[in-house]
Amino acid sequence: MGEFKVHRVRFFDYMPSAISAMAFNVHTERLAVARADGTVEIYNFADNCFQEKVIPGKDGRTVEALCWAGQRLFSTGLNGEIVEYDLENLRSKYTVEAYGGPVWTISSNSQGTQLAVGCEDGTVKIFELVEDSIQFQSNFDRLKSRVLSLSWHPSGTQIAAGTMDMIRVFNVTTGETCTALLQMMVDRAAGANKKKEVAVWSVVFLSDNTVISGDSAGKVQVWDSQMGTLIRTHLVTKWDVMALAVSRDESSLLAGTSEGSVVQFQFISARLDQPDKEWQRTRTLRSHSHDVRALVHTDTAAVSGGNDAHLVVRPFMEKVVKGSKESAPCKITFPHRSLVSCGKKAGILLFQFPERLEVWRLGESNENGIPGEELSVTKKPEALIHLKRKGDDHICCSTLSPCGGWLAYASASSVRLFQLQYDNDSIALTKVKLPKVLRWANQLCFSADSSRLFASFSQSSVLVFALSKSEAKYVHTLKPKSVSKQAVHLMSTSDDGQWLATANSDCEVHVYNLKKLKYHCTVPVYGSCPSAMAIHPTGSNVVMVHADQKIFEYSLEQKEYTEWSRSLAKKGLHGSWLNRVAPVTHVSFSASNPDYIILHDMNMFCIIDKSLPLPEKDSDLCNQNQLRSMNEAARVKDSHAFKICEMFKNLLCVGLMEDHSLVVVERPLLDIATRLPAPVRQKKFAT
Amino acid sequence: MAALYEGYTLCALLKTPNSLVSGINGIEVDSDIDHVVVTDSTRSVTLYKVSDQKPLGSWTLKQGQSLSCPAVYNAGTKEYVSVSDGKVIRVWKAEDLLLDKAFKATLSANVWRVHAVPGGGLFVLFVRGAVRLLDDVLAAPQQPIEEVLGQEENIRWSATVTAETQHFVIFTTEQNSCHFLYVQRLKPNSLQKFSLEPQGPAPQEAQAPLSFSACYQEGHIRLLCLYPDGHVYQSLVSMRGPPALPPGGAAPLPRTQLLGLHVGGALLEAASAIYLDDCHVAVVGAPHPAAGPGTNFLCIWNTNFQTLQAGKEIPGKVYGQLWSYAGKLFIPHGRSLTVIPYECPTSSLATALGKLKRAGSRDSRVPACVPSWSSLLDGRTPSDLIESSQNKAKPVQASSAGPADHVLGLVETATVEAVQREVEALLSRADPQDLNPWLGQLACSLVSRSSTDPPFYPASGLAALVRTGSLCHSVCPELLLLALEKRDYLLAQLCLQAFPDVPENITCCCLKTFLRVSVSSAPEAEVQTACLEPSSLSFMETHSAPQRGIELNGFTSTGGGPDPEKPSSPPIHTCPLGVHKAVLLNEVIQTPYSDAFLLPHLKDLSPQQLMLFLQYLHFLYLQYSQDSFKQEDKSIAPTLTQIMDWVCLLLDAHFTVLVMTPEARGLLVNLHIFVRSQVRFCSELGKLEGSLQEIQTLRRQKEMGQYCIQVIKIF
Repeated sequence: MGEFKVHRVRFFDYMPSAISAMAFNVHTERLAVARADGTVEIYNFADNCFQEKVIPGKDGRTVEALCWAGQRLFSTGLNGEIVEYDLENLRSKYTVEAYGGPVWTISSNSQGTQLAVGCEDGTVKIFELVEDSIQFQSNFDRLKSRVLSLSWHPSGTQIAAGTMDMIRVFNVTTGETCTALLQMMVDRAAGANKKKEVAVWSVVFLSDNTVISGDSAGKVQVWDSQMGTLIRTHLVTKWDVMALAVSRDESSLLAGTSEGSVVQFQFISARLDQPDKEWQRTRTLRSHSHDVRALVHTDTAAVSGGNDAHLVVRPFMEKVVKGSKESAPCKITFPHRSLVSCGKKAGILLFQFPERLEVWRLGESNENGIPGEELSVTKKPEALIHLKRKGDDHICCSTLSPCGGWLAYASASSVRLFQLQYDNDSIALTKVKLPKVLRWANQLCFSADSSRLFASFSQSSVLVFALSKSEAKYVHTLKPKSVSKQAVHLMSTSDDGQWLATANSDCEVHVYNLKKLKYHCTVPVYGSCPSAMAIHPTGSNVVMVHADQKIFEYSLEQKEYTEWSRSLAKKGLHGSWLNRVAPVTHVSFSASNPDYIILHDMNMFCIIDKSLPLPEKDSDLCNQNQLRSMNEAARVKDSHAFKICEMFKNLLCVGLMEDHSLVVVERPLLDIATRLPAPVRQKKFAT
Repeated sequence: MAALYEGYTLCALLKTPNSLVSGINGIEVDSDIDHVVVTDSTRSVTLYKVSDQKPLGSWTLKQGQSLSCPAVYNAGTKEYVSVSDGKVIRVWKAEDLLLDKAFKATLSANVWRVHAVPGGGLFVLFVRGAVRLLDDVLAAPQQPIEEVLGQEENIRWSATVTAETQHFVIFTTEQNSCHFLYVQRLKPNSLQKFSLEPQGPAPQEAQAPLSFSACYQEGHIRLLCLYPDGHVYQSLVSMRGPPALPPGGAAPLPRTQLLGLHVGGALLEAASAIYLDDCHVAVVGAPHPAAGPGTNFLCIWNTNFQTLQAGKEIPGKVYGQLWSYAGKLFIPHGRSLTVIPYECPTSSLATALGKLKRAGSRDSRVPACVPSWSSLLDGRTPSDLIESSQNKAKPVQASSAGPADHVLGLVETATVEAVQREVEALLSRADPQDLNPWLGQLACSLVSRSSTDPPFYPASGLAALVRTGSLCHSVCPELLLLALEKRDYLLAQLCLQAFPDVPENITCCCLKTFLRVSVSSAPEAEVQTACLEPSSLSFMETHSAPQRGIELNGFTSTGGGPDPEKPSSPPIHTCPLGVHKAVLLNEVIQTPYSDAFLLPHLKDLSPQQLMLFLQYLHFLYLQYSQDSFKQEDKSIAPTLTQIMDWVCLLLDAHFTVLVMTPEARGLLVNLHIFVRSQVRFCSELGKLEGSLQEIQTLRRQKEMGQYCIQVIKIF
């Protein structure tokens, strides 16, 4: 296939934010994950845990708790507001002040009609869900200290509230403490911490009137809520138990600790012949280096997240078929969308951070080396621009034109366009005013010749702007012929300037003809969300890679799948390819060879040579090492279309520059780990 | 390796009209090694305490008179003697304040110098070459003095040398650029004259020697001669030759070149070379080989190996004067007189042969007095060495010999108690370093009296001597044997610990004695009651205590030697020996040895002794292999390697005997099993090594910075 000069870039110091809360919607199988910077991400567990939506955060908004009420997603935070999110336009819909100081927790009843929030002032407030809003309903008896955790009884009549040193159970209708039960006092830790208050970080109310609590003294306690008595105490850790999660059938419970471990309890009988069941500690999962702050118990897996910013899905082996894709543990660290834009003609990279953008020029080397060699860098990479965003809203998308002359970014409240002028060593950045039509955007994209800017707007529509000397003029709005209201998460234009394709989280891929500024067609909807998409520069084919790792190529002129795509579908993709966990996040093409498709995920990049035969089922998919050791004849015989290079890890971007060199942006996990705050001290062997 | 230490200034030099001379006429040692008498070139004599760098007394002549000879101290009469204005002898005591009021006598001839001989009185060397005892001269001051030297023959340098009981005054003269050496023997008087070989390209341009130094060694007077072109020659004058002056005049004196100093083209102007000991020479005024010209250095050379041992830059002008007393060099330079302490430890044969195997802290406590490399090569006996070391170029040591001499005298006659008291007093009084040669002599005389006079045995005195760490086996070869003979096991232990050079036959002798006493019953009790070093005892007590599970019923294991009838089945993990014997055997095990020399002597062990020793070694080995074993003090316990070496040696020496002895079978099988398991363990470790190395290569991931450009190939 050939040699590539690879720019190995590690100076993008992307830092994922800590996970602070999670909520799982069982009916839609969507997991909402909130991060410390206020970002809320929606993962589709029905579609390989694909991160289908990202709602950007906002300065001053922290999310302490998340909850689903039906299809609606609510969050609360220490700014004292309750926020409902607009999941179609990926922004907050409205905020309601709770008037109780910082809000620590939010929980909805199982019917999805009422919300309970726990406030710093010791009150539990009930809100009623009405169409497009929520309405304050009642206040419960005020407690002495902040309400840290809430849990509804499945019947919706009682609420358990965890505060400092105790747990209380309220009757929802009267708002009073249940008569039979006053309060459950939680023991403080022994020894030196005796004087410290115990925070009940998490409570779970089960349908058999059992309350399970996790507290800052490291205990998981099982209570009888009717009698107010303690049934069982499990000392789990020396530190805090931050989160609890129970399975839907209430037979299994997870507790997340500050040590980073997740402890599972199961409701089983202690002996085989005994009918009496009790909560027994069964296993410990260690997936995190830092505090586990949020936990979700799905039917098949334990999902945990915490201060180390990894979202970890650990399937329970007894619940899944061994060897299936479901049984693979999955650790999601990087977003499933690109934070890097390449100005491939100019050798310029754009890095997107929530609060700023960085533009870098790649280094140069005038040497030619043999494979495996590292070339001496004659010109070091340099940071050209460090652009801070305006306003409180975090940047949700950004783009750089291929020539490197234009730059645009968008947040929930604004879209900004800049022109870059390179004058030898100095760079001039001029802001270009955009028409008022564009208040916000989900995706931005420049045309290949940098004459147009495309911005996806509400309901999958795309606004087209014409760029000329420091001026942007509104041209047209492209609208799909469908009723989907979902936001566009992928957008791509063809190099010849004829086509524009958009993909939304309803898995629709719409194609527009830019010459005619007209809707062209919709690619047949496939059941999995496209994770990466690009239009071939010459062949008018759109290549889509889906979250389930399937690859399709659709001819826009014939409006049908291409021959190659059909042969691929017929033959089926290789098992090792399909079993990969990380989705493909970027597709690009080679200017020199039209048969090449370059794609990458977090752990590898792959060049597909369409001219070569597809890999056989029983052959090795990653065969680069074998091929290297073979002679030329055997190599020709053994090589197949999928050239997978696993030399680079933790990839954020792989792009092909116009000079045929590759840009590989890596972010080593070790670098992220070293920038995290120190974890709680643990006794390790030989320390 | 010789070393020069940081120097200090003793006094400032007088300003002299002639800048080429230092202003110091001479430095002589006083009653104490720390005191020197400095005579300056005009008219004053000053007594200094060297370590305090301060004058203790000073005597000055009247204006107009001058001292023509350095003042010397007469240890016999405790008087100072000097000569003023060529022929007036002056004698005074330390308490005399005014020199003019002291005794004086005018002689009939000019005096060149007055020399003191340790223990031999004072000699007067006249300018014309005659030598008289001072007492004789003072008895008749106006007696006629004969002329020995010829016309225009002048004395250039003189010194005294003491060989055994004979005293010599030697001096060199110059006559028409020819140099002669005169050796004047006293009582009976005789004179030898030698002519020195001329040095230089042509006879008429012969170079005059810059300095001389003499010492006595092995029946010869050694004369050291430094020439301006940097050559240092040594000539030997035999003492035993016929003391006759050849009728024709001077006999030629053969010479050998000792050193060739690098002078860098120019000739030396003011330089001096003196003997420090039999193989070290100090040179001042010659440039350092590594430094450029124009710098003055004081260097110590090893003449055996022609190596520069130490060097020190001397600032200011050097006058070519150098004295050495009691480990200190006195150098006038610039405007001051500087004292530089030095050290010339002997390079030892034992070190070279690797005999100092024991690396315990006890050995490093005091550097043992081991025989000098060169003297061993020359085949001298240690007692010779002692003798010569006291007469070497360190005459100061004579002063410390006072108390030791006293004790030496006592040894011949006094009772055991008196001798012990004196020995301990001597050791407590003085620094053992200073007493080093005396200690050997003392030990030798104690041992010889003990062997000739059986009731006399100063056990504690000998132990105290050994404990100084200054003795070694070569110094007193009979000591260890005497200890064995007298059954003084503590002394034997101390000797084994302290001596780095016990010969293998003696080691084997000790081993046999220790093993024998444990078989026969009567002396065994003696061993048990012997008080040995407490630290090694307690070590063995902890490790030979029976393992848990064996009931003792209140008995102690002191009689724990196995029944000699049935030694074939030794109970594992119980010590086959008593604690005391074990301690002694430990010392033997730790003694340095050479396999080749030890092996023939080991063959003398009887099968019973052999079995017992093997059992003990096996026991030690098992102890060491236990997890619970902790090696507290490396100097007390033999190392595992030492134990294994001894087992191997014993098996080598007695393999056929052991194979034939039915009792040995069990033991051999045990050893075999143990060794086999160890070999297996080691091979497993070897297998592990590969994996561990693999980990190392895995870990060595290429460090990559923030950015690089690589070339990859995709197939």
